[in-house]
Amino acid sequence: MTDTPFVLAGRTFASRLIVGTGKYPSNAVMAEAHAASGADMVTVAVRRVNISDRSKESLLDYIDPNRMFILPNTAGCYTADEAVRTARLAREAGLSNWVKLEVIGDERTLFPDNEALVAATKVLVKEGFIVLPYTSDDPITCRKLEDAGAAAVMPLGAPIGSGLGIQNVNNIRIIREFSRVPVIVDAGVGTASDASLAMELGADGVLMNTAIAGAQHPVAMAEAMKHAVIAGRLAHLAGRIPRKMYATASSPLEGLVGR
Amino acid sequence: MIITLNGERFEIDRPMTVTDLLARLDIDPRRVAIEHNLAILKRQKFPDVVVREGDTVEIVNFVGGG
Repeated sequence: MTDTPFVLAGRTFASRLIVGTGKYPSNAVMAEAHAASGADMVTVAVRRVNISDRSKESLLDYIDPNRMFILPNTAGCYTADEAVRTARLAREAGLSNWVKLEVIGDERTLFPDNEALVAATKVLVKEGFIVLPYTSDDPITCRKLEDAGAAAVMPLGAPIGSGLGIQNVNNIRIIREFSRVPVIVDAGVGTASDASLAMELGADGVLMNTAIAGAQHPVAMAEAMKHAVIAGRLAHLAGRIPRKMYATASSPLEGLVGR
Repeated sequence: MIITLNGERFEIDRPMTVTDLLARLDIDPRRVAIEHNLAILKRQKFPDVVVREGDTVEIVNFVGGG
């Protein structure tokens, strides 16, 4: 079955899986996991350079920019102003005007501040950014983000790093139904079936970090996620059977021996 | 003379360009973004902009994240 390509803001990606670069046991393991995942987009964070210790190797030594599109995030920002400032810095540090926009509203849950998120999206879109906002799994907020010019909406499946899987299946389905821009489930994936479910619900892509980086074997989990996203996408396109309360026999009811 | 560099007091012996400051810090200018007194600098401006007493400089780069 042929699929339509995964296109974000006019750019085509080979994989519907987007992976992070945080919390890996080492940069070498990260590079291996990236290769196993088949992803061609990775997220990075923007932080102050460590002035006193210059010995640390650079993350970018382990990401091939010819193979991977680098998507900076504004993780850790708690106001629209901070997020906008970080996005502008990311644009100067990198090679593109794309940003994964995060405006966090609460430390314990890392849930987004949707009001500030919409405000920051408006500012950045006006400045020519391609904005991919990390948002609550709320269809109305997603619609506002889309109206503000977001290139995609990225509802969470569960809190960042929680590994709980998709908590509100129906909202993700409704967001997909409402949206005219791509929907990427961002955050909350714990294992392969969570990623498959996101894709089965019709998500255009899945973004994850901890599920791979925090697994006991990140490279194996990266490969599992690659297959999970492909399987979920295919299942979505194939069209699942309706759920029924009782059995329907798969084998013929006629011609049974001894009847 | 003292500047504020990434939120910390930092001593430089003379006013210097951003390019010179990065060289002194052993930082590859191609991999960072810089804010000078809250204004973001284009990379082409690094050789022209001079950091002076009391200035605030932020140097950021990409690190692992999700």
